[in-house]
Amino acid sequence: MFLLAAEGGEASHNPIIPLWQELVVGTIAFAVLCFVLMKFVFPRMEQTFQARVDAIEGGIKRAEAAQAEANQLLEQYRAQLAEARTDAAKIRDDARADAEGIRQDILAKAREESDRIIAAGKEQLAAERATIVRELRTEVGTIAVDLASKIVGESLADEARRKGTVDRFLSGLESAGAR
Amino acid sequence: MFGQANVLAQGEAAFPPSVEDFYLPSILPWGAENSYWFTKITAMVWIAVGVLIIFFLVSYRKPQLVPTKKQWFAESIYGFVRNNIAVDMIGHAGVRFAPYFTTLFCFILLTNFFAILPGFQISPNSHIAFPAILAVISYVLFIYAGIRHHGAGKFIRNSLIPPAPWYILPLLIPIEFFSTFLVRPFSLAVRLFANMFAGHMLLLVFTLGGFAMLNANAWFAPVSVLSWVMTVALTFLEFLVIVLQAYVFTVLTASYVQGALAEEH
Repeated sequence: MFLLAAEGGEASHNPIIPLWQELVVGTIAFAVLCFVLMKFVFPRMEQTFQARVDAIEGGIKRAEAAQAEANQLLEQYRAQLAEARTDAAKIRDDARADAEGIRQDILAKAREESDRIIAAGKEQLAAERATIVRELRTEVGTIAVDLASKIVGESLADEARRKGTVDRFLSGLESAGAR
Repeated sequence: MFGQANVLAQGEAAFPPSVEDFYLPSILPWGAENSYWFTKITAMVWIAVGVLIIFFLVSYRKPQLVPTKKQWFAESIYGFVRNNIAVDMIGHAGVRFAPYFTTLFCFILLTNFFAILPGFQISPNSHIAFPAILAVISYVLFIYAGIRHHGAGKFIRNSLIPPAPWYILPLLIPIEFFSTFLVRPFSLAVRLFANMFAGHMLLLVFTLGGFAMLNANAWFAPVSVLSWVMTVALTFLEFLVIVLQAYVFTVLTASYVQGALAEEH
């Protein structure tokens, strides 16, 4: 083929020998390409890749921080809740104790009051009874003496004897009544 | 291909295609032979450079944490080379080289792709000058990275002296020197160049062959059609080669850098 071309009389080319003009053009062109792409494009791609990695890792870090904060808050709330529960229980217990105390107080006071009323009533009753007994004793004595004097006459009108007899009689009556 | 189309229109389809089909007439000055400053090939290189710069600058004008579709696309190209080539082969230190690898990968992929793009239909990489430039850069890159990392003495020791018994070293050291410091740039450049050259040649053969058959005898028309169908099939194959070669070039460069940075041989 090469021979044929040579025989054709044209300037023949050897394909394995580079043309120096093409070497120059190719070098310049490729150098320009390398310069632009390696200076302005691929480093920026690396930066973008890096930024992407940072964004993802930063996102994970932020999420972890948020998670930690949430956990801490949760713990705090739990602690507060437990504290509040303890407080509530304590307040309830106190209230129950107070109520019990008040009830006891009121009961005691009421009992005291009733005892006092009962005691007062008993005293009064006793006093009245004593009065009545005293009056009755006098009256019954008088009536009995009058009756007896009417029955037996003037002989029994002796003062001293009369008094002792009646009293003895009444005491006998009382002791018989109590029995 | 514009040249080809003109030739075809004039009914002088040259068959079989020759090496000369790769050397198109100059655009500026128009039609001059042997003037290579501004040809379709160099124009395509500039277009590739312009397209890549504009694409990346526009899609990365305002980078956002949550990417837009365009930004996502640009990022996934870079991310692919960064993670699946640079970091996979070199490890974490490979991130430093990822911008160059991505530039290299995109440039080769796009210039290769011109091989099957209608209207372009030839890859600049079918001229060895461009693969050669890239290979030289890779060569300088891995040697520079090695010397920077280990210092010149240790780097050369690491590269040349394999862990082998001393009596075999006189044999191994020249082989290592040959394979590491002489063959590598050539194999890189020639692999890419030859693939794109052969791919273009194959497509030319089947396309022009169809016309040649048709011109020779109208009865050959079915064979012409078969030839063109083959062209379509080979275009798909070519697409595979385009992507594969861009990937291979980048991976090999990364592998050389990795070898240069490795602690042991």
